[in-house]
Amino acid sequence: MNRTMYDLIGLAAGVCFILALKGLSHPKTARRGNLIGALGATIATLVVFAYNAPLNNLGWIVGAIAVGSLIGVPAARRVQMTQMPQLVALFNGVGGGAAALVAIVEYLALGDGASTAVVIFTVFTVVVGCVSFSGSIITFLKLQELMTTRPVVFPGGRFVIAATLASVLGVSGWVVVALGTTPLLILAALSLLFGVLFVLPVGGADVPIVISLLNAFTGLTVAASGYVLDSTLLIIAGTLVGASGTILTRLMADAMGRSLFGTLFGAFTAKPQDAAAAGEERPVRSGSPDDVAILLNYARRVVIVPGFGLAVAQAQHTVRELADLMISKGIDVAYGIHPVAGRMPGHMNVLLAEANVPYDQLAEMDEVNPTFGQTDVAIVIGANDVVNPAAQTTPGCPIYGMPILEVSNSANVIFLKRSMRPGFAGIENELLYDPKTMLLFGDAKASLTKVVSALKAL
Amino acid sequence: MDAMAIVSIFVLAVFVGFEVVSKVSSTLHTPLMSGANAIHGVILVGAIIVADHSETNLELGLSVAAIILATINMIGGFVVTDRMLEMFKGNKKGADK
Repeated sequence: MNRTMYDLIGLAAGVCFILALKGLSHPKTARRGNLIGALGATIATLVVFAYNAPLNNLGWIVGAIAVGSLIGVPAARRVQMTQMPQLVALFNGVGGGAAALVAIVEYLALGDGASTAVVIFTVFTVVVGCVSFSGSIITFLKLQELMTTRPVVFPGGRFVIAATLASVLGVSGWVVVALGTTPLLILAALSLLFGVLFVLPVGGADVPIVISLLNAFTGLTVAASGYVLDSTLLIIAGTLVGASGTILTRLMADAMGRSLFGTLFGAFTAKPQDAAAAGEERPVRSGSPDDVAILLNYARRVVIVPGFGLAVAQAQHTVRELADLMISKGIDVAYGIHPVAGRMPGHMNVLLAEANVPYDQLAEMDEVNPTFGQTDVAIVIGANDVVNPAAQTTPGCPIYGMPILEVSNSANVIFLKRSMRPGFAGIENELLYDPKTMLLFGDAKASLTKVVSALKAL
Repeated sequence: MDAMAIVSIFVLAVFVGFEVVSKVSSTLHTPLMSGANAIHGVILVGAIIVADHSETNLELGLSVAAIILATINMIGGFVVTDRMLEMFKGNKKGADK
């Protein structure tokens, strides 16, 4: 295969990626778009085999692809939909790690023969790839709740972060001037450290934005390694992901009412927060499943606000049963879906789709908010932050400014909760103590099942 | 490849990337991010190229690690995105009935 053919096929793969992103932006074409992307990636991989045939180290290459597939495919197939965001974060991280490794290997191979431009792009790939790798691992740990989801801030933290960033830049300069393997490895280590420090101060609610940003970062590293390896395809694919990822990050930040700047530079501005106001015991009104059923039975309009807790309890099907039962009693039922319900924008739609909840019962936030005034009962199932009035009333709290579902405007609010533990963002919710709020403690699925049978009996 | 050609490709790709996703509903943010994430798994191509001309054991070892990571990113990414979108499709059918 000659170079022209190779480049032309590479271009075709690049076009596939553009069509893939285009397709993924519309609900009807999304699945096809993803398949077109997979086709492009397959073409790109096969053509490298054909162009460079016979490949050296072929056995190692094929074996490594087999190992990667044996890890990636089962992980993607078996993951619970509730845990999908952290899997995406992990996939993104390993992609960034791969780009950094590719740049390091190419650098070792070129030795002193590397041009300054190549070294600069190598340095960029190693720094950003490592940041993306370690940062994604931290987002994974936060989402998996293997570590605290609250912002991790320590005294003098911002100076440590600024110093780390300064050393990353300094060592980058050193690598460009002095070359050599040792400086590059020191640079990789410092970049990994910076990735950790960069993501630690990010609060739980902002994690999806950071994942999206790191995704864009990884795209840019792929583009930079395309320059080093003289591959137009990698430049196109990486740049596409970098650009679309940046826009997507901004769209997500807008949807959550977050300032992108505030999220990104939280690392530099965050101050240690006072420990959450000491857990004073305050009275709450808790009810039984029968109380809830009676309230629902006499309601004319009910809005269900599903949150991550619903998904964790795998209660999507039970909530649908409850909704169907209420509809059969002539009650007007809608689901109020916050754009970031779940762990990521659109995550809740995926989870409810899994339970076959009809599309027309799902109401977006802007649609449902004006109707809470005419709503008799709002049932909040395993959600917290997305209905927390603190987002509107308490400047300075981590979710301040995020648009919320204004359930407090409805006549009654029922919270189904496992415990009084605050939500993912770690903020106390005043609404829990409101006199018109009733709490039903327990596993969401078990509670809903009891409510359904109580309601049937009425 | 000359620098100007590379800069042109880069700038045009930036605008295409901006343009294709500029009006996407929040429902699709997660699948779109996941799909874009799978696309940058194409770094696999780069990993294969460096593995091909690896001469030392160190280079080969790092390349093999890069191939494994890139494959996980690429194949896993497309599979998990497809799983998410599969549900949307079933959902659409249900609503159409």
